[in-house]
Amino acid sequence: MTRKTDETTLPAGARSRPSSSSEAVRSALTELGLSAFAIVLALVISALLMVTLGYNVALAYQSMFRGAFGSLHGISQTLLRATPLLFTGFAVAIAFRAGLFNIGAEGQLYWGALACALVALTVEGLPQPIAVGLPLLAAGIAGFLWGAVPGILKAKTGAHEVITSIMLNSIAIFATTHITSRYFKAPGAVDQTERIVAAAVMPQIIPGTGLTAGILLGVAIAALVAWFFGHTALGYDFQAVGRNADAAEYGGVSSKRIQVLAMGFGGIMAGVAGGIVVLSLLNRFVANFSPGYGFTGIAVAVLGRGNPWGVVLAALLFGALDSGGMSMQLFARIPSDLTIVVQGLVIILVAAPAALRAMVRWRKPKVEPVDVA
Amino acid sequence: MHAVELHDITKRFGTLVANKAVHLTVTRGEVHCLLGENGAGKTTLMKILFGLYQADSGSIRVNEKPALIRRPDDAISLGIGMVHQHFMLVPRLTVTENVIAGSEVSRNGFLDMNAAVEDITKLAERYRLRVAARARVENISVGQQQRVEILKALYRKADILILDEPTAVLTPQETDDLFEIIRRLKSDGKTVIFITHKLRETMAISDRVTVLRDGAVVDTLNTAETTPAELARRMVGRDVLLRVERPPSDIGEPLLAVRDLSVASRFGTAVESISFTVRAGEILGIAGVEGNGQLELEEAIVGLRKVSSGTMTVRGKELGSGPDARRMVGMAHIPSDRLRRGVVPDFSVAWNLILGSQWRSPFSRNGAFSRKQINEHAERVVAQYGVRCGSIEAPVRSLSGGNQQKLVVARELSRKPEVVIACQPTRGVDVGAIEYIHNQLLAMRAAGKAILLISAELDEVRALSDRILVMYEGRIVAERSSDAGESELGLLMAGHQAEAG
Amino acid sequence: MWLEILAVIFNLRTLNAAIRMSTPIALAAMGGAFSERAGVINIGLEGMLLVGAFAGAVGSYATGSALLGTLLGVAAGAATAAVFSIFTVEFRANHVVAGVGINILALGLTTWLMQVVWRTRGISPAVARVQSIRIPLISDIPVIGQVIGVQSPFVFVMIALIVGGWVLLFRTPLGLRIRMTGEHPEAADTLGINVRFIKHFSVILGGALCGFGGAYLSIGNIGRFSMGMSAGRGFMGLAANIFGQWNPIGGLGASMLFSYADAVQIRLQTMEIALPHQIIQMIPYLLTIVILAGGVVKSRPPAALGNHYRSGGGT
Repeated sequence: MTRKTDETTLPAGARSRPSSSSEAVRSALTELGLSAFAIVLALVISALLMVTLGYNVALAYQSMFRGAFGSLHGISQTLLRATPLLFTGFAVAIAFRAGLFNIGAEGQLYWGALACALVALTVEGLPQPIAVGLPLLAAGIAGFLWGAVPGILKAKTGAHEVITSIMLNSIAIFATTHITSRYFKAPGAVDQTERIVAAAVMPQIIPGTGLTAGILLGVAIAALVAWFFGHTALGYDFQAVGRNADAAEYGGVSSKRIQVLAMGFGGIMAGVAGGIVVLSLLNRFVANFSPGYGFTGIAVAVLGRGNPWGVVLAALLFGALDSGGMSMQLFARIPSDLTIVVQGLVIILVAAPAALRAMVRWRKPKVEPVDVA
Repeated sequence: MHAVELHDITKRFGTLVANKAVHLTVTRGEVHCLLGENGAGKTTLMKILFGLYQADSGSIRVNEKPALIRRPDDAISLGIGMVHQHFMLVPRLTVTENVIAGSEVSRNGFLDMNAAVEDITKLAERYRLRVAARARVENISVGQQQRVEILKALYRKADILILDEPTAVLTPQETDDLFEIIRRLKSDGKTVIFITHKLRETMAISDRVTVLRDGAVVDTLNTAETTPAELARRMVGRDVLLRVERPPSDIGEPLLAVRDLSVASRFGTAVESISFTVRAGEILGIAGVEGNGQLELEEAIVGLRKVSSGTMTVRGKELGSGPDARRMVGMAHIPSDRLRRGVVPDFSVAWNLILGSQWRSPFSRNGAFSRKQINEHAERVVAQYGVRCGSIEAPVRSLSGGNQQKLVVARELSRKPEVVIACQPTRGVDVGAIEYIHNQLLAMRAAGKAILLISAELDEVRALSDRILVMYEGRIVAERSSDAGESELGLLMAGHQAEAG
Repeated sequence: MWLEILAVIFNLRTLNAAIRMSTPIALAAMGGAFSERAGVINIGLEGMLLVGAFAGAVGSYATGSALLGTLLGVAAGAATAAVFSIFTVEFRANHVVAGVGINILALGLTTWLMQVVWRTRGISPAVARVQSIRIPLISDIPVIGQVIGVQSPFVFVMIALIVGGWVLLFRTPLGLRIRMTGEHPEAADTLGINVRFIKHFSVILGGALCGFGGAYLSIGNIGRFSMGMSAGRGFMGLAANIFGQWNPIGGLGASMLFSYADAVQIRLQTMEIALPHQIIQMIPYLLTIVILAGGVVKSRPPAALGNHYRSGGGT
């Protein structure tokens, strides 16, 4: 028996209509409406949790909102924290479109970060655009190579990319730690490299806030991804394989090639995410640095429903949660880890559009594909 | 005594009405055929009786008592068993495990496999359903798998047995065996409901027949008092129009030539050294019972399957590998399974109309799409071929089966091909679309194209083809002209070469 | 150096440690086996372990009884799995996405709640823990005694659960129904098997097993909870389940193999033998990829794994 990749097994995010039109816009709006509803619901559940434990919910959310959007600094923090998530979100969303689940963004991110840092250690004396660009290029290449592995394994042997990606995540974390501690360790207790050269540090767009040009790159990438899926033959091939691999083969598309490419392209995004973290936040490679950017990327992709601009919004939301959480902890004395709870709830809720629909009773007359022969 | 009475059953799927106020009475101990075209609502009706679907309205009586059937186990406890068209078997489990699951034989809470094997062997012997109880289902033949399905029902003490298109996957010999089994079941007092769209089988096996059309009952007749022609008329609602106009055509040079083509399959050889030529202005039909290598032949010709040996040429030039190389030399392909191969249901009409040309000018230049060209092409083709769709941006999923198939035909024929590989081109579409598609193929023929028609519908092959090849067990066993008789071809398809001449 | 390494590898204390360390992984692997045999991909094992560890510690902290703590851990694991199964089975959530959500939710909830309960983010204060027991006769037997003579009761219960799980899956009517559901839910449905019940049962049973494994982590061993203390063991269980071919005993074998490598590595590290321990830690994951890619044995997941099934036409 072959594994059926019917619509229901596809990630929810892979379901938005491929070509843009009034119909596509309407369905995208419905999808985004569902996402917004999931966020509200997650906040309500978290509020109930806080009430149960005797916290002041109003103060909590107020301080969270203020922290995230209430000042230039807050907004910068939100955007800064959204940047890597934007890229890991695309790492997952691109593979979704080809019917693949890139749960390996975390590992790709580590390789991207390490490659980026190693190149950024050597770009002394180069003009800044090149000093920043070369390490990012290295990050993309490293991410592509590591990302392509589960694609190749799937194409050659049929091994499920979810499981191989999970395994590769662990391997990547151990391997990058090993390489750093063994060959590139800066003096001190922590397994980390030396500081990258000054020219490679990503320029700040609002001086003093820490917000770097990475976010601009992210928005540019969103436009590129939107164009890729709506207006190119390769984007068409990706989606054809994702929706109906047999029909894609019929249309002359090698689904194996697309599997490798889709995972590789996803890897580029995750690798660049790692690179951006190195160039704008850490300024070196630090073993085990990621607080789960790759996994949050899954949430971002699902919440954005695979739509490039949806991914941007979702990344901003998670960035806001992150920066707002700090201020909530400070002013409402509620541990900021509550924001992780919100994230988890959002993912679970968004994963089940059927549940959300049932709750809002948006029951459109639905034609289920049924065998009436 | 009535075994089953369905009153006023109505079932909708969204906007589609699958069953309209259906009344059906099945007498105990009879073989009752449900006859109708694909999509007439036969399977839906029986799935309601078996508890897999719930009717929107109506009531059911079983053995003259009102019955509330909400799940299959309700049906099972009422003595109803169903053999599905697509077998409900787990390949990696054994025959016994497949049969007993849900009604296991256990001792102290543990499975008692030896006792179960014994029970099943005994049951199989009683109805002469030859099958090895300990074999894994993946290792037995399709005919045996069907017997396992029947055993599953009998093991649950079914008195009323529903068989859904049971002969679709069987060889003629296996069909005869099945009919023997059905007669034995009948003589044992069982009631059999037999779903089919084949007139001959209806005449051969049933006591009574109920004809369904568009989800509604047309009539219930005693088989002995009716004729195939009468049944056919009721099935399609008018005199069968399969006698299409096929004017003489100028047959020209050979366009497609296949030489000694062999294709391997998991179980050996699917296609064995087949050779034929299709010439300009000619429709070559390949008739055969499904599963005799037609799918493998189709996929090999269009480049979707590796061949083990042989050559294929178009206008004398050997074909490269893959479907793209075919399209380059002017081959179009109407695939046998449109939902699997022919369309991407989630894509828009416009995007589906460029499937296979997505990298070609004028639709894309260096890989970037020209939205204008794609949409203009779509508007043009949709208008020209009369594909009914809300807009060219509508997902193909939202089109009816007939319009989806028209879309596939439109896409392929609008490529202006030299050679058309048309496989089961009218499967699962309504009568109107059938006529339309047949006329399109004949128009291609009149335009001097070469058409290879692979179809399991013998009537279709006979009506359209200039020459007919009969395929049996992966080989071409005979070539006949278009005026060959139905019975002769039927025998050839069944592998009776000697008798057929 | 090589002599010392060999001495560590062929050391009964290493084996003793390996069995101990394999406990949560083998339990998670069996949790995965039940879930996946019923057709539900379970990435959330990691989160279920973590919730079990946290609830175990909180229960033990609140009641002073490690036994009650363990029961709470089991219940919490099952409850987490119930959320997961309601979303995946009833609301047809994508299994992988929902599993990732469970993991993030578990990490967030336990980290947040530990600060609510203990006002600390990191390591909890000591709570009552389950003491290791010495089995009188067995501990005197030369080799076996050193390996399992003195072990945590969790280890013995784990072994019993694994054997019981195997019997349940392969020797009982319920087990046959579970296997059929994961292979072909529609077939199961037509035989009158309640597919939804089977899926819920299997996933929740898997969650309870993870909860038990998690409780071992916190109160079966060190008697404390620490942030994110499952530390990838759920993913290792996922790997062990595949390695063990969706069979609890196979899963235990794989977990032992993984833990053995880990135990050797840890002991070598304490002896300050400079072996690249990260490379040894990679071995389980590398092996699993090789297995999945069909390098050693053909792996064959349940046919309907990850699919949704709903009986009836729906009105």
